[in-house]
Amino acid sequence: MADDRKKLSMTLGESLRQQGVSRRGFLKYCAATASMMALPPTMVPAIAQALEKAKRPSVIWLSFQECTGCTESLTRSHSPSVENLIFDHISLDYHHTLQVASGDAAEAAREAAMHENEGKYIVVVDGSIPLANPGYSSIAGISNLQMLEETVAGAAAVVAVGSCAAFGGLPHANPNPTGAVSVGEIVKDKPVVNVSGCPPIPTVITGVLAHFLTFGSLPELDALGRPMVFFGQSIHDRCYRRPFYDKGLFAETFDDEGARKGWCLFRLGCKGPMTYNACATAKWNQGTSWPVESGHGCLGCSEPDFWDAGGFYNALSIPDSDLTRKTGYVVGAGVALGAAAGALNRSTRAKAAAKHETVTIDDLDKKS
Amino acid sequence: MSTSIDFLLWVRGPGFDIALFIFVVGVLIRLLEVLILGRKPDYSEPRGAELGAGLLTLVTRTAPEGGSFKRSPFTVVGGYIWHIGFLVSLFLFVPHIELIDSVLGIRWPGIASNLVDAIAAVTIVTLVAMLFSRLTHPVKRFLSGPEDYLTWVVTFLPMLTGYLAYHRMIDPYPLVLGLHILSVELLMVLFPFTKLMHAFTFIIARWYNGAMAGRRGVQS
Repeated sequence: MADDRKKLSMTLGESLRQQGVSRRGFLKYCAATASMMALPPTMVPAIAQALEKAKRPSVIWLSFQECTGCTESLTRSHSPSVENLIFDHISLDYHHTLQVASGDAAEAAREAAMHENEGKYIVVVDGSIPLANPGYSSIAGISNLQMLEETVAGAAAVVAVGSCAAFGGLPHANPNPTGAVSVGEIVKDKPVVNVSGCPPIPTVITGVLAHFLTFGSLPELDALGRPMVFFGQSIHDRCYRRPFYDKGLFAETFDDEGARKGWCLFRLGCKGPMTYNACATAKWNQGTSWPVESGHGCLGCSEPDFWDAGGFYNALSIPDSDLTRKTGYVVGAGVALGAAAGALNRSTRAKAAAKHETVTIDDLDKKS
Repeated sequence: MSTSIDFLLWVRGPGFDIALFIFVVGVLIRLLEVLILGRKPDYSEPRGAELGAGLLTLVTRTAPEGGSFKRSPFTVVGGYIWHIGFLVSLFLFVPHIELIDSVLGIRWPGIASNLVDAIAAVTIVTLVAMLFSRLTHPVKRFLSGPEDYLTWVVTFLPMLTGYLAYHRMIDPYPLVLGLHILSVELLMVLFPFTKLMHAFTFIIARWYNGAMAGRRGVQS
């Protein structure tokens, strides 16, 4: 217990040093964070100073309709790293997957964190919230909606992690049987940051937290509530295959000559042009690779409704419907209507011809 | 949630279905109306063949008649440039070929995207110049009605929005891509009911003139 209190009062810098993180490693993380957040190099010492002195902020992590992929992404991808240690050294007071406590003790921990840090704690949410029926997803007999509303009431900010929390994600996909909605559709009176992705990039999650610890505020957001620094550019704009798009060189299959040469994957369904994320620059697995580099087109997982945006393997320019079948019906309808209109025209002409009175020479003579 | 993605999904989904229906049904009605009406039987003795002359006229009428070129070279040259530029942008840009393949099941090789881009830029400039000429030339202006300006707008918008989308000049991209698709849908909807139908009927008209002249044994 005494250890826990001591740990809580430690600054992030002290905590990192205790974990054996070198000054050099720490500064490297600060420089990378500054770079990712598009801040000038002169800001690195300021970030280092702010992070070193920062106390561990209380974080309550709520998991609703989700697959735990976001937590898996965060905890496994870079371990062990400074990013993870930063995450370890926030005071993660409530998290289903990671906490030891269960049942009443777990819920008591959440309530204690809320009361002790009133107005200062951060709520991280992964998963969407079902509105059709509270019974679709509940924790300790509390519906997701109720838990979100009561937890957010005293929070400083809310971070919606993953596309389910940010935009509804898979549960929201048509026909959305649970009536799933995003965090932003419920929380209107607190700042909400959407860190979308299925899953989101771990360094982006820690980057948002680092920004909050450094500046005491949330980063600038785009129209969809995502941090501009990470979601300001599209996959297409930063893709190393982009020159092949410009040259009109496209892979036709996943293992053809073009695919092996790194040609553009547009024809294979890449949604890079409409997807805003940092995959191409931050990469995954300690900067090893990212989906397009490993030979698969971008699914557009950080965009709203990406499950409903047509087939993953259909090119972006293909309309989202069964066109071949529909075209057949439409041509049939057109031929039938055209034939009817043509027949009507013929009949009109025939009637006009029938009504026409032929004038003979004799008729003209009579008139004159 | 009403986002640019929602807009894009609508124009790629129900919007495209509606436009495709109106386009295909409208074009077939217009064409069948003409074709089913038929021609009166010609009892005169033919002096030549219809087939060869009809086909030949389809080609020969594509070249400008000398007098027209001398009288208004700008109209002739400008007309060629933007028609060819429009067709290249429409049929040789790989994302468009993917669309045609998904509708008709046929495909062909595309050309480099940045070459299409350059041709599209020339086409856009030419279209603007053609409009300027129409507005300032007294005869052209006199001959132009509201429909001429409407067809110019619905032809110009897909070119402009396509260029903006390729260069990602409007953020976010789904919005500009959606606007591009919507502008094409507008073109498709108005196509059967305006002078734009000439894209199909020019074949019938040229064939008719050529075949008629061929049967009479005169040069078309």
